[in-house]
Amino acid sequence: MSLAELICPAGTPAALRTAVDAGADAVYCGFQDATNARNFPGLNFTPDELAASVVYAHERGAKVLLALNTYPPAGKVDLWRQAADTGARLGVDAFIVADMGVADYIARSHPGSRLHLSVQAAASSPEAIRYYCENFGVKRVVLPRILTIPEIREIRKEIPCEIETFIFGNHGLMVEGRCSLTNYLTGQSTNMDGVCSPASDVEYKRHEDGSMSSQLAGFTIDCFGSDEKAGYPTICKGRYTASHRPEGYYAFEEPISLNLSRLLPDLIDAGVHAFKIEGRQRSKSYVRGVVSTFRQAVDDIRAGRAANIADLVALTEGQKQTQGAFETKKWR
Amino acid sequence: MAVSDMTKLTLGPIAYHWSAETRRDFYARIADEAPVDEVYLGEVICSKRAPFHEGDLPATIERLERGGKTVILSSLAEVMLKRERKATADLASMDSPEIEINNAAGLFARGKRPHRIGPFMNAYNEATIAWMAAQGATHVCLPAEMPGPAIAVAAAAARDLGLGVEVQVFGRVSLAVSARCYHARAHGRTKDNCQFVCEEDADGMPLRTTDDRPILRVNGIQTQSESYMDLMPEAGQMIACGITHLRLMPQAIDMVAVATVFRDALDSTRGLDAAEAALRELCGGTSFSNGFYHGQAGYRRIAAAAAV
Repeated sequence: MSLAELICPAGTPAALRTAVDAGADAVYCGFQDATNARNFPGLNFTPDELAASVVYAHERGAKVLLALNTYPPAGKVDLWRQAADTGARLGVDAFIVADMGVADYIARSHPGSRLHLSVQAAASSPEAIRYYCENFGVKRVVLPRILTIPEIREIRKEIPCEIETFIFGNHGLMVEGRCSLTNYLTGQSTNMDGVCSPASDVEYKRHEDGSMSSQLAGFTIDCFGSDEKAGYPTICKGRYTASHRPEGYYAFEEPISLNLSRLLPDLIDAGVHAFKIEGRQRSKSYVRGVVSTFRQAVDDIRAGRAANIADLVALTEGQKQTQGAFETKKWR
Repeated sequence: MAVSDMTKLTLGPIAYHWSAETRRDFYARIADEAPVDEVYLGEVICSKRAPFHEGDLPATIERLERGGKTVILSSLAEVMLKRERKATADLASMDSPEIEINNAAGLFARGKRPHRIGPFMNAYNEATIAWMAAQGATHVCLPAEMPGPAIAVAAAAARDLGLGVEVQVFGRVSLAVSARCYHARAHGRTKDNCQFVCEEDADGMPLRTTDDRPILRVNGIQTQSESYMDLMPEAGQMIACGITHLRLMPQAIDMVAVATVFRDALDSTRGLDAAEAALRELCGGTSFSNGFYHGQAGYRRIAAAAAV
């Protein structure tokens, strides 16, 4: 059986301590700049905060993974190199990378440090994964959320590194690291700036009939009746019309959360080494609830007991959840 | 416009599911009439479509080469299924140096043999371009969302390494790809039983906001911009920075005429204003955009005066 490590989000030092205390085997976090894919206002770490957090985690037997998983635009690569140097100096346990230039820099400048391939690299075949393993010494791949469990099992047989999969949280629809939807509407890039549907561009408009529309940079992404709870305007979860869908429909996906808690035993059996919980933008109480519940579930499964995951349902976006691509090819 | 005889005009791979007959006619005209130097062929978006037209490839290649064009074969952007892995490995095993790779699986299969880096490979910066060049890349197409200053630095770095460096200057921009087919979803189907409904939308399936504003186009697993990116006004600046190749993406309009307008503008046989007006006429009601280049929202059209 694999280790079934629990990899938990840490958007702030307080969330990091919460996740560690709730039983995280490892936490992942980033600096307060474009070097990571959750470059949101009020989130992330200064170097001093990271230093203290690494000490806190290590004293309690937890690892700290530093996300450097965006793509530096030409002329700005030094920011990513400095972030890697700082992370190495502070003793982070691994770097989560996507850009080949960044991976190459860390492999050469900090030999012996551990590289994880970010989901932002979108490596979804054994060949793509092996490219990064053989060239940069990648030790773990975070798989895109597009594969079924039998497919993960097959990939496991053909790659020389560990597998990490998302199990809970936001359900990314587009291939990560290949999405410019936010930049198209807002001028801020997910790949280069670490920004996705930024709050600064969000507006909720109340209409005369009591309905509400959610907008991103002036584009209506969804609308809600007076009795509905308005969701956050993420472009790939928006409602649009097409010529034969004049009533409007969720062209990509409904606002829905990923929840693979029921599939945990199958994922462990398929050879997944680590489970990732999405949500660096989430509150401390969310992190505490999700991490402790999954800690219990993983421990139960490893001890051969039935896991109780009912509490997790209440934490999912709008109470709706999906097993996404993991359960069936029909998702595609 | 700062003219350079070195600047090559290229035609990117057809993103849509055009029928075999449409493709044959399209490339026959391109071969005979379009002033483009290089043509990228092959299915980049959906592996299910390839069997419909790959049988015509040898004849198309021969036809285009007879017309004086360099032909490059492009690989799939998404590689996950067995048939996609095999298609990628088969392409990478070809002797020709002129293949364009769009997925790391292709890089793995190609090894250090010469190849081009496609726009889906995320060659955003000089460090990545240097890495790719050391692995055998001879040419790199930059991501379409890169702003002008980054393009300039990347172009200089690529030129120093002896690489060709390309940007898309015309056509809808690829904004996202997915494992899920949104054409099939729109028709209540899944990817496995799609019945190739994407064939109905030769220029992508329009999506509008619920208050009726055009926003995106669906092309199978790909999401594209509603607007056609048009960087003709910016082309001179890019050429001065070292860009060697300008890419036109095939849309369901008169692409021979589009190529002619761009060639004329590059050769200064037609003034920029006249060329822009001609291009406008060729594109019907489709909006133009250049926001990415100017570091603004991609859908925006920044006026030339403000662009300097």
